[in-house]
Amino acid sequence: MMRLLRPLIITLGLLVIWQLVVWLTHAPRFILPGPLLVLETLFSQFPLLMKHAAVTLVEILLGLLLGTLLGLMSALSLVTWGSLRRWLLPVLVVSQAIPVFALAPVLMLWLGYGMASKVAMATLIIYFPVTAACFDGLRQTPAGYLQLARTLGASRRAQLLQIRLPAALPAFGSGLRVATSVAPIGAVVGEWVGSSTGLGYLMLNANARMQVDLMFAALLVLAVMALALYFSVNLIARRLTPWLSESTSSNFRGNSI
Amino acid sequence: MDIRLEQASLHWQHHCVFSELNLELPEGQWTSILGQSGVGKSSLLQLLCGIADDADIKGRILCSDGLPLQGRVAWMAQQDLLLPWLSVLDNVLLAARLQGNRLSPGEVERARYLLSQVQLADRAEARPDQLSGGQRQRVALARTLFQDQPLVCMDEPFSALDAITRLKLQDLAVQLLADRTVLMITHDPLEALRLSDRILVLQGHPARLSEAIEPSGSVPRAIDAPEVLHHQARLLKQLAQETI
Repeated sequence: MMRLLRPLIITLGLLVIWQLVVWLTHAPRFILPGPLLVLETLFSQFPLLMKHAAVTLVEILLGLLLGTLLGLMSALSLVTWGSLRRWLLPVLVVSQAIPVFALAPVLMLWLGYGMASKVAMATLIIYFPVTAACFDGLRQTPAGYLQLARTLGASRRAQLLQIRLPAALPAFGSGLRVATSVAPIGAVVGEWVGSSTGLGYLMLNANARMQVDLMFAALLVLAVMALALYFSVNLIARRLTPWLSESTSSNFRGNSI
Repeated sequence: MDIRLEQASLHWQHHCVFSELNLELPEGQWTSILGQSGVGKSSLLQLLCGIADDADIKGRILCSDGLPLQGRVAWMAQQDLLLPWLSVLDNVLLAARLQGNRLSPGEVERARYLLSQVQLADRAEARPDQLSGGQRQRVALARTLFQDQPLVCMDEPFSALDAITRLKLQDLAVQLLADRTVLMITHDPLEALRLSDRILVLQGHPARLSEAIEPSGSVPRAIDAPEVLHHQARLLKQLAQETI
């Protein structure tokens, strides 16, 4: 019971502090709107917010899908072909020194102001964490499992598909969790650099027009969306690895929020 | 079939652990090798299983039927090595699953029968993490039996278990592995004396195999049998000399 109540109490407490700050500092509504005003805007502008949220959600989901598939494929090829690993791994690591945000203007130039450039941003930003997590997971198969598979006469293909891949599921799950928490950043940054729809665009636009209440409402929608995504992925990841003990996964949950 | 290992040598970090080692595994007998850790007994076993790669171990393996031994050994390790994402039944079926073919009803039936032999028929659909250590090792035993290979190699199979569970599992293993050719590695003289037809001690620098001790009586021998106690005391003394 307390576990359910606690987040509610924390949220309420923060809202009260927020409202108190507004009252005490007499901040004008175009600098810091109170939570009540933001809620009011949220309801009055709900159709507008949802229209833009849908665009951002599609960008995030497509980015997640593409980034995860690409990352998984890269990790599999890196593990399968040793020579490829020697050539590609240094390139991958060095490429991480380039901030993905710095690439955003170039992506706009190449892929246009539409959805493609934002999906590319989200894909790029999650590609490396997913690749790294999957690669590590695939490499760190317990030696005993592989020895056992060899005494059972398993082919290399069977070892990869039936031993190494499932053994990498926990690592893949943590890679996916990281990806889900950073993918919205990629999409929103993409929208900031140049777009005509999406929550990032709406926030920038509202900010320029001093509609700070609308900006906060958009931020709220974005936060709820990101949290819902994270918890869905967390749930899927735990369904995929039911043998991981409850204590370690609840530990993980505690650390990651 | 009888199996002979000839001229086995193991080098580890530029020093010789053993060389020119010969080992005889007569058909249908349970042979145990006793020794301290680091004496190379696990490597010896892995050589027979065809999975020794990290250490520099060599040796010639001869089978009395003239065919290579590779692929005809069932391996049971100290850890149960059950795959956590497979059910207990699928773990027993692992050898068949890894061949990539569809499982035949006969194979599934045989796996269920073996699970009933290790008294786990009712846990067939459970996941390994829902079992106790002793139960998990019993599943590993069923998986080893499912392979039905001419040689069974066991590497300290019961050492991770508590004393009582270990005794019970030893009895079960003797019963289920009767008339098979077994090689067991252990550092527990009592375990070797209860279960084996022949006991060899691997020790020294470089390590050598002692003359075989062949206790009388039927296995599993009682823990308080005079002969078992007598040999146990002697073996413990002999093994203790090494460590000083």
